[in-house]
Amino acid sequence: MMRVQIEKRKAVAQPQKLNPPRRIQLLKNLTFYLPLLILTLLVFTAIFADLLAPHDPVAVSMPDRLLPPAFMKGGTPKYLLGTDQLGRDILSRMIYGSRISLSVSLAVIAITASIGTVMGIVAGYLGGATEALLMRITDISMAFPPMLLALLLAVVFGPGFWTVVLALSILGWAPYARLIRGETLKLRNADFVAQARINGASSLRIMVKHIFPNIVNSLIVVITMAVGMLILAEAALSFLGVGVPPPAPSWGYMVNEGRSVIDRAWWISTFPGIVIGLVVLSGNFLGDWIRDKLDPRLRQL
Amino acid sequence: MSRYIVIRILQAFLALIGITVLVFILVRASGDPTHLIITPTSTPEEIANLKKQLGLDKSYPEQFVVFITGLARGEFGDSIIKRKPAAEMIKEALPNTIKLGLPAFFIAMALALALGVLAAAKRDSIYDAGVKLVAVLGQALPGFWVAIMAMLLFSVRLRLLPVAGYGTLKHYVLPVGTMVFFLLPGMMRLVRSSMLDVLDAEYIKLARIKGLSETKIIWKHALRNALIGPLTTAGMIFASLITGAVITEIIFNWPGMGRLLVEAVAARDFPVVQAITMLVAAMVLGMNIIVDIAYAFVDPQIRYQKS
Repeated sequence: MMRVQIEKRKAVAQPQKLNPPRRIQLLKNLTFYLPLLILTLLVFTAIFADLLAPHDPVAVSMPDRLLPPAFMKGGTPKYLLGTDQLGRDILSRMIYGSRISLSVSLAVIAITASIGTVMGIVAGYLGGATEALLMRITDISMAFPPMLLALLLAVVFGPGFWTVVLALSILGWAPYARLIRGETLKLRNADFVAQARINGASSLRIMVKHIFPNIVNSLIVVITMAVGMLILAEAALSFLGVGVPPPAPSWGYMVNEGRSVIDRAWWISTFPGIVIGLVVLSGNFLGDWIRDKLDPRLRQL
Repeated sequence: MSRYIVIRILQAFLALIGITVLVFILVRASGDPTHLIITPTSTPEEIANLKKQLGLDKSYPEQFVVFITGLARGEFGDSIIKRKPAAEMIKEALPNTIKLGLPAFFIAMALALALGVLAAAKRDSIYDAGVKLVAVLGQALPGFWVAIMAMLLFSVRLRLLPVAGYGTLKHYVLPVGTMVFFLLPGMMRLVRSSMLDVLDAEYIKLARIKGLSETKIIWKHALRNALIGPLTTAGMIFASLITGAVITEIIFNWPGMGRLLVEAVAARDFPVVQAITMLVAAMVLGMNIIVDIAYAFVDPQIRYQKS
């Protein structure tokens, strides 16, 4: 905090010197526009998968199995990124896979952000025993290894879309609750909250009308930072066979499928992994950028 | 201080009971395990016998009492698939996971310390940029994919290392490397940011004015205080150790707890899943108590505030 203030004072005294060189500014903008472009492409791919995919993602074609990508010897332009053991088109499967990654992430974000926000505001505003209890639950949830719970839930409910969503949500609300509580604590004693209380506003009204609008910025920052992490977690679960079950083409499961033929067909595992990495990287960069714009205090996260 | 510790232990004990009840309910909600064993030709009599054998003919409260007393004696029930005590299977698998996790943890810690301190001491230099790049990539690339790519390069193409399995020292290289990949980025980032905070403190400036060498300032004065921050995130590190072990053991066919767990999940062998979940939950809670106590010892503010 201290350092930031000092730098600000300097900026007033000599604004010229602190302007970064053009090429660094250009690079900074690139870390915003490139991820934005990639994520926009991802959303469009997921929406228009039917139109974009050259083949049916689950259509088996045994004569075409283990064909290399088109740019390699033996590849055909019919299958740009090659085929897997069952002759399914890797590119089409990756295009449809974006739907699973995005829909799981969005569902989990909707659930975790809502629960975490309510818990955080209630704990922070009401305080006392309510706060102690809610925060203890939050602490335990944050300490429990998420992978373990996801595997346990997969045994209980069997793998499926909602099992994955539940597995990622059941502990995922905790970081939101902790952050929102911290923000609420800062607002609780603000003048405008006291004013509302004097005017006779109920606790519920204060939390909804006065506290919530003031924490929206922090919430948006945490949500964008969660996107990449969730896509990675979903991929890891499908890799272990407890994600959205096959034949649905999820990226993590595709990496796993290529494992047994890695010595003959490297492309099956390689391409989905590159896409996961690229999307997660974009999500993280965009999250950082939005954080710096909306709420630089959260940089420690 | 002692009151604070007692409260923490009581809370952890309550949490453990909560988790036990949760696991018990979840496992019963998962459906009848006899369906996994019976064949289409089984007679109703055989099914009834099987239920009796597995203790499933009793009421839920009775089953819970059996479950709890078993836990207290260290008995987690028999594996449905292997027909062998789950505790025994864990006893066989756990040492293999430790053999993997311990070296990985120490290598990751040594690297995180060296690289994190280097990046913080030479802030905004090329070293810092390199460390940041490793951290950014490490947190974005899927670990299971990186492991398979390493396998493709070193085992399939260059034929330097065995593809998978367990035995010689060479078998350790890729699995341990994968575990380090899971642990390093997070730890390195923590060391760097906490070191940067400390290097900004007044007493470091004083040490510089005193004319101490930069090496001495960094390794003796700054590092000691910079390590307090990452201590609280031991839980996070433990969680990535578990995730790493599960994925690594599956990829490299390593006979440890992670592989046991995933295989038990695939076969819906709930006594084994239940046993591993309880064990890890107890480990997590125990570790949190140790961290809380250690933190209270290190930071007097907590010690006096809570007692």
